[in-house]
Amino acid sequence: MIQTLLHFFNFSIISWVPPQASTVAASVDNVLAFISWISIFFTVAIGLILIFFCIKYKKKTDDDYTPDLRHNAFLETTWTVAPTILVFIIFFVALFPYLQTQKIDPAGYEINVTGTKWMWSFDYSDGKKTFNELYLPVNKPVRLVMTSEDVLHSFYVPAFRVKQDVVGNMYTFLNFTPNKVGDYVIYCAEYCGVAHSDMKGIVHVLSEEDFYAWEKGSKDSKKSVVASGNLKEQGKDLYLKNGCNACHSIDGSSGVGPTWKGLFGKKRKFEDGTSSIADENYLRASIEIPSAKIVKGYQPVMPAYKGVLTDKQITSMIEYIKVLR
Amino acid sequence: MSEIIGDNYLTAGKDSDIPFWKTWFYTLDHKRLGVMYLIAVSVFFLVGGLFSILVRTEHLTGSQTIMNAQLYNVSFTLHGAIMIFLFIIPGIAASFGNFLIPLMIGARDVIFPKLNLLSFWLFCIGAIICLVSLAAPVDTGWTFYTPYSIDSQTNVIMITTGVFFLGFSSILTGINFIVTIHKLRAPGMTWNNLPLFCWASYATAIIQVLATPVVGITLVLLIFERWFGLGFFDPAKGGDPVLFQHFFWFYSHPAVYLMILPAMGVVSEVLPVFSRKPIFGYKAIAYSSVGIAVISFLVWGHHMFTSGQSAFMNVVFSVITFLVAIPTAIKVFNWVATMYKGSIELSAAMLHTLAFIFLFTIGGTTGMHMSALATDIYLHDTYFVVAHMHYTMFGGTVFGFFSAVHFWYPKMWGKVFDETKAKIAFVLTFIGFNLTFYPLFVVGTRGMPRRYFNYDPQFEFIHQLSTVGTYILTIGILVMLHTLLRPVSATTERNPYKSKSLEWRTATPPPTLNFDEMPTLEGTTYDYGKET
Repeated sequence: MIQTLLHFFNFSIISWVPPQASTVAASVDNVLAFISWISIFFTVAIGLILIFFCIKYKKKTDDDYTPDLRHNAFLETTWTVAPTILVFIIFFVALFPYLQTQKIDPAGYEINVTGTKWMWSFDYSDGKKTFNELYLPVNKPVRLVMTSEDVLHSFYVPAFRVKQDVVGNMYTFLNFTPNKVGDYVIYCAEYCGVAHSDMKGIVHVLSEEDFYAWEKGSKDSKKSVVASGNLKEQGKDLYLKNGCNACHSIDGSSGVGPTWKGLFGKKRKFEDGTSSIADENYLRASIEIPSAKIVKGYQPVMPAYKGVLTDKQITSMIEYIKVLR
Repeated sequence: MSEIIGDNYLTAGKDSDIPFWKTWFYTLDHKRLGVMYLIAVSVFFLVGGLFSILVRTEHLTGSQTIMNAQLYNVSFTLHGAIMIFLFIIPGIAASFGNFLIPLMIGARDVIFPKLNLLSFWLFCIGAIICLVSLAAPVDTGWTFYTPYSIDSQTNVIMITTGVFFLGFSSILTGINFIVTIHKLRAPGMTWNNLPLFCWASYATAIIQVLATPVVGITLVLLIFERWFGLGFFDPAKGGDPVLFQHFFWFYSHPAVYLMILPAMGVVSEVLPVFSRKPIFGYKAIAYSSVGIAVISFLVWGHHMFTSGQSAFMNVVFSVITFLVAIPTAIKVFNWVATMYKGSIELSAAMLHTLAFIFLFTIGGTTGMHMSALATDIYLHDTYFVVAHMHYTMFGGTVFGFFSAVHFWYPKMWGKVFDETKAKIAFVLTFIGFNLTFYPLFVVGTRGMPRRYFNYDPQFEFIHQLSTVGTYILTIGILVMLHTLLRPVSATTERNPYKSKSLEWRTATPPPTLNFDEMPTLEGTTYDYGKET
């Protein structure tokens, strides 16, 4: 009933918010519109009264008559009691959609989320792992169990109207039910350093059949490359999908990690004073266990991809790096 | 008269053997300290503003425009840190608080003048340490959230040490003001006659004394953690990074009220003078200041709705936060009612005060979006917060500050500024401000997170609008600066506004010991209306 009532206020403001892609999104928008209208009402009212008073009671002479008005019990009581009632109404209206997000559905689809500088990784219950791309079935309750490997991050999907900080050494949770098929952006909303704004991902909300197909297909892809195109194109695809682009540029611009442009065949100097040529084996080792050799001037922040990417995927990424001259 | 109570406080001691700068450096005169605070905070306002111009210019495009990501992070951190710790917290409270409180209550000085000087020098030491830290400028955001601030390779220790000193300055000033207001009131200046600026300063001082030690301790813990690896907030060592947020906001939430309350005090002084009406609902305004101060200690958790604190705590903090709206709304209604049937003169000071009321209404009512759970979860850490916060802090406090600078200008300097030019500056500032910050509400409700170096192309146009607004705002402030630095004439008129408040009874500019004849308050502070 409250929601229907709220819907009455809900025009125009709604037009610029992101699509509503979860079950709470509509009720959050209703609350947003409701509070916004109250806010607009008071702003306009106060503004108009100020202007009206300034015109009506404009100073005429230095000796204008002004009444000695200091109190009015009725007025003062009204504008104490009215806001009190109003804020409690708003509190309750905004409470229910929040409580909805706190409900845990035992049948929910659970996914582990890890935030690291500057990428998201997702571990699914059947052992699959994806980076910066989250695959979800539509209309099924989801529970994210989240943690961070380093600083604070915050998992934020505007289309779902949900957000939760991700903290090291503890788990935080997010419960929601996507209800609209489509691709939606994931932001990191808690400031986490140089590439904070590049710590982005995509949620793919798939229909039940598509999700099932993805589950099966993705399993297969761990063993063999099924993606289309030649190795270089697959490598480029992996570059974007695994979040490499947050730190490594392909146009020579500086970033958190060394640029990939002109990397292949170049002499690399390391923090420990040694050096070597960036050939296929060096690149392979650096993708699998990056901390083994840190290029001079950079921080050991990259996560290890050993066992995460298949041999075939690493090969295609090396082929992609080769063409970036 | 000058033998006993001294000359014009600005030039006193000019003819003595002591070098003139020393008479300022070692001054115990609350007015001189107030003026020095005013100059210092104004300089920091311009420095902080410079960083905001850099940030806004960078946002002209969605990718790199004029600087790289690290410099951008540094810029928004320094904008925030300088504006908060060096401008807005000491802003009205220390500068106008010092200058006005003894004059308003009819005293010769604050009760502990030497402590007052110590406060000022602690402030200077803190500020210098903060400025030295710019050698390797911090990139943590002004909130110094752990574990990022533990990992950061920048001068976190240096700037937090600076803030620690600033905190002590703030505590000592608070103690001084509380005791001064208790002990040094002139005959007739009962608590219920106390000018509302003093009430607001009193509430501010309570927050300064009670909350600032907490941030001091927190910053010491952070420093120890970085130096000795103690691990209070380090998850790898079993510490809790969220604990830092609790400590930090336990100070920094009350701190936002210690930023806004003095500005509310200014508005309560300016409105009755230019409306020629007694302030409406004096007691409600006075006690609501104290009410806000008390509630402000119980709401820090609303900064942390998405931090991982329990849902139960979120609900509790949400409901208490809503309570803040009540005393705040009462104040706004009372101010508006004060103008009813008045004789309103739209001076530059009055225009800034009216802008305060209007902009603070926007800032205050958008605060409801943030205290409401469902919407805060969505809007937290987006540009909506940036817009809301600037409407309260800039639209509120800074416009209050501008109002104060214009209003007490003749008393403070014995000069008169160009009123027309001041109004032009006001119009530019007002338009520039709204163009800068209103669009950010839109970007925020569309879901764009704050502190983003690269942003999605659909937000570009709105960001460009906001940046243009910043440029207009900058021009407005430069015109204002020019107006105030180039007064058109000198004045010795004691009471140009025919105010009833005691600070206008003394000479302009006031003598060192404030009053040739110690004042007594007859009637009440706001006797403007005619008997009916």
